[in-house]
Amino acid sequence: MKRFASLFEALDRTTKTTAKVAALTEYFTTAPEEDRLWTIALLSGRRPKRAVNSTELREWASEAAGLPLWLFEEAYPVVGDLSETITLILPPPQHESDRSLATWIGTLIALTGQPAEARKSAIFAAWDQLTTEERFLFNKLITGGFRMGVSQGLMTRALARATGIEETTLAHRLMGDWKPSSTTYAALIGENDPEADASKPYPFALASPLEAEAETLGAPADWLAEWKWDGIRGQLINRPSAFALWSRGEELITDRFPELAPLADFLPQGTVIDAEVLAWGQDTPLPFAALQKRIGRLVVPKKLLTEAPAHLLAYDLLEDAGEDLRSAPLAHRRARLEAIIGALPPGLPLSASPALSFDSWEALAEQRLTARERNSEGLMLKRLSSSYHVGRKRGDWWKWKLDPYTVDAVMLYAQSGSGRRATLFTDFTFGIWDGDQLVPFTKAYSGLTDAEFRKITDWVKKHTLERFGPVRRVPPELVFELAFEGIQASPRHKSGIALRFPRMLRWRQDKPVAEIDTIDNLRALLAASGGQPPHPRDI
Amino acid sequence: MSRSPVLTFTDRGIYCPSGDFHIDPWRPVDRALITHGHSDHARWGHRRYLSTEAAAPVIRHRLGEIDLRTIAYGERRTIGGVTVSFHPAGHVPGSAQIRVEEAGEVWVVSGDYKVAEDGLSEPFEPVACHAFISECTFGLPVFRWTPQAQIAADLNHWWAANAAEGRTSVIGAYSLGKAQRIMAAVDPSIGPILTHGAVEATTVVMRNQGIALPPTTHVTPSFDAKGHPGALVIAPPSALGTPWANRFGPAAEAFASGWMALRGVRRRRGLARGFVMSDHADWDGLNEAIRATGAERVFVTHGYTSVFRRWLESQGYDAGIVETEYEGEEAAEPEPLVE
Ligand SMILES: [Zn+2]
Ligand SMILES: [Zn+2]
Repeated sequence: MKRFASLFEALDRTTKTTAKVAALTEYFTTAPEEDRLWTIALLSGRRPKRAVNSTELREWASEAAGLPLWLFEEAYPVVGDLSETITLILPPPQHESDRSLATWIGTLIALTGQPAEARKSAIFAAWDQLTTEERFLFNKLITGGFRMGVSQGLMTRALARATGIEETTLAHRLMGDWKPSSTTYAALIGENDPEADASKPYPFALASPLEAEAETLGAPADWLAEWKWDGIRGQLINRPSAFALWSRGEELITDRFPELAPLADFLPQGTVIDAEVLAWGQDTPLPFAALQKRIGRLVVPKKLLTEAPAHLLAYDLLEDAGEDLRSAPLAHRRARLEAIIGALPPGLPLSASPALSFDSWEALAEQRLTARERNSEGLMLKRLSSSYHVGRKRGDWWKWKLDPYTVDAVMLYAQSGSGRRATLFTDFTFGIWDGDQLVPFTKAYSGLTDAEFRKITDWVKKHTLERFGPVRRVPPELVFELAFEGIQASPRHKSGIALRFPRMLRWRQDKPVAEIDTIDNLRALLAASGGQPPHPRDI
Repeated sequence: MSRSPVLTFTDRGIYCPSGDFHIDPWRPVDRALITHGHSDHARWGHRRYLSTEAAAPVIRHRLGEIDLRTIAYGERRTIGGVTVSFHPAGHVPGSAQIRVEEAGEVWVVSGDYKVAEDGLSEPFEPVACHAFISECTFGLPVFRWTPQAQIAADLNHWWAANAAEGRTSVIGAYSLGKAQRIMAAVDPSIGPILTHGAVEATTVVMRNQGIALPPTTHVTPSFDAKGHPGALVIAPPSALGTPWANRFGPAAEAFASGWMALRGVRRRRGLARGFVMSDHADWDGLNEAIRATGAERVFVTHGYTSVFRRWLESQGYDAGIVETEYEGEEAAEPEPLVE
């Protein structure tokens, strides 16, 4: 654990990518292999099964500290992080230990399912032999949410340096649903046998948001434009020993979409397709809400299969007759994709995502405005000469989403943030006019700079009218422009509506409260948008 | 008890009716007893001031031409119907707790204090009393300070490592107290110590009153900032991240404050490094100090007052809250930048 703690400290004390990669490389060269494996697992979002819930942790920590639980609960929001609160509140350890990261995780895994008393005494014993830094990490192993300021890409780069294996090869090997408890470092990193590799997906290529004008991209003829579909991004693999559908979150979802199974019989062997999984109407996608009903269901009821049948709209071809096609230009990959799909018998749940024809950026911008009618979020622009890159690489792939909706609203309540913003008021409740009344209709807590939040915090402190616990009521004076992605009817809200992804776009110090939006503006928008329910962006 | 309490709490500050004086008042009064020179305690505009001899130079420096009399630590002086004396608070050099005795009943106003020795301030002295008015800036059990020797070692290590990489070390610290505490703690053989104007001014005042501090160089506008690689720059927290702090070429920034115990606060300030160094008492320090007074009544001011009062009540004290305008050690709103 000490080595892992000093890795964490090294990562935590720098913002420089080079220093982070150096610290990780050193760790991947010197740490025991089981620790390396677990570190890769943690940095790629895997974690041991949860042995202790957060209520138990709070109670046990205050007991171990000899303090009443209420005092712990008062300290927690100030610290803003449960693991850290526990770390800080415990008395110094009485013992020492140099057990490795992997052994501690082994201890935690062995604790799952044990009676509370056994788990408690094991946790007490652990706390009593870990230093402050180690304790924090140990608690994080329990609570999850391991963020060390290291992306998967950065970790892969360091691992490539430590092992001499190529970065893209490693990225591929780290894909899929491997579990640290059932593999070894050597098996994960080393040359795997082809059998085990058969169902592994390629890392997904991601697009960056287009912030500049589309005109800056150059000649329209160099670009492929297609709709940005609002479903689940997936990768379909058809290889001799595997038929698999992976989500972008590297989850195997083959069995959730049984209607796709016939594709295994008709697609050529050695085909890997990047596609969007959508719930399908006659010839067009249904709103995401239809697909949402199927997410999370391991067994799909018959009724849903007919109401919301799944369909793949293919974007790209990554493997053609067993050959890795990712470095070939997109124009070639698309041509092969269309040829393969064109040779399929009719009636299969797979088609190519249509390429839009356009001869000027202006014309394309016109088409983009119709995205919502097609249940699409906007456009994707991909350079026809581009390879299928790993992860997010700026320049060749852009998402050109529709502009968000906006509304001007006034702050009614403020609440302090958590974590790094625990001392600032950052979470606001907003109101708009309903006749001559202000009705609260949404909350938002991001989108402003720290400097703005500091100014607002000062203002809130001076203008508090009433306190309800951590919440302060303030006079309706500060006006903000909020952005959001969608709107739906919601009987749970006083205003009768709920916004999707609301955030603050800017502080409108120029705008008087009298001129903010009215509930009728939002109701009109709701009617126009068909009242779709909100949904998560990525799963 | 029929007579009025020894000290009362008014909208101008803590007031002693029998002595007709205020302690650290925040609105102009006739006679002010001042615990120490921090701007939330020593304010401008009173007619007469009284402070310790050691605190007086800084107070004069900050407030200019004022009618300031001094008193030695432990010296007893009668004001009206009460006897007052000042006792070391261990907060910054010259800082005091103020003891007020009336007819055998003793009240003590802590001012700001810390129990651990910092190598510079007169060590905190517990004063027995019936009622204790205590600050509680860090009155939560998540605040526990690192020993001074460890902080000094960490500071030296950080500074030396930066110097070895050709980087300047820029540390944010309050110009009265914390800045000098850092100077006194670090190893001056690592490199030159440079100061922001606000820090330098206070440092010169303290040096002139006989406090031993290592040599420092004031960074003036004409100063060749890039010509001192490996230097340690001490500046008020508000100067961090400004063009003033960016003049030293490649640099590492850090902040020394009790708030640095919280990762969230450190990250919000965008700092890779923070040193947990406070001139206020930590949780254990507060509890220890309160216990040592033997007081049965405790009033708490600046900090987590309602939580700390509830804690004290659970420990059997008769506890109350005093609303004051003292500010404690604010992480969000550092002292204004004065060049
Ligand atoms: Zn002070
Ligand atoms: Zn203070």
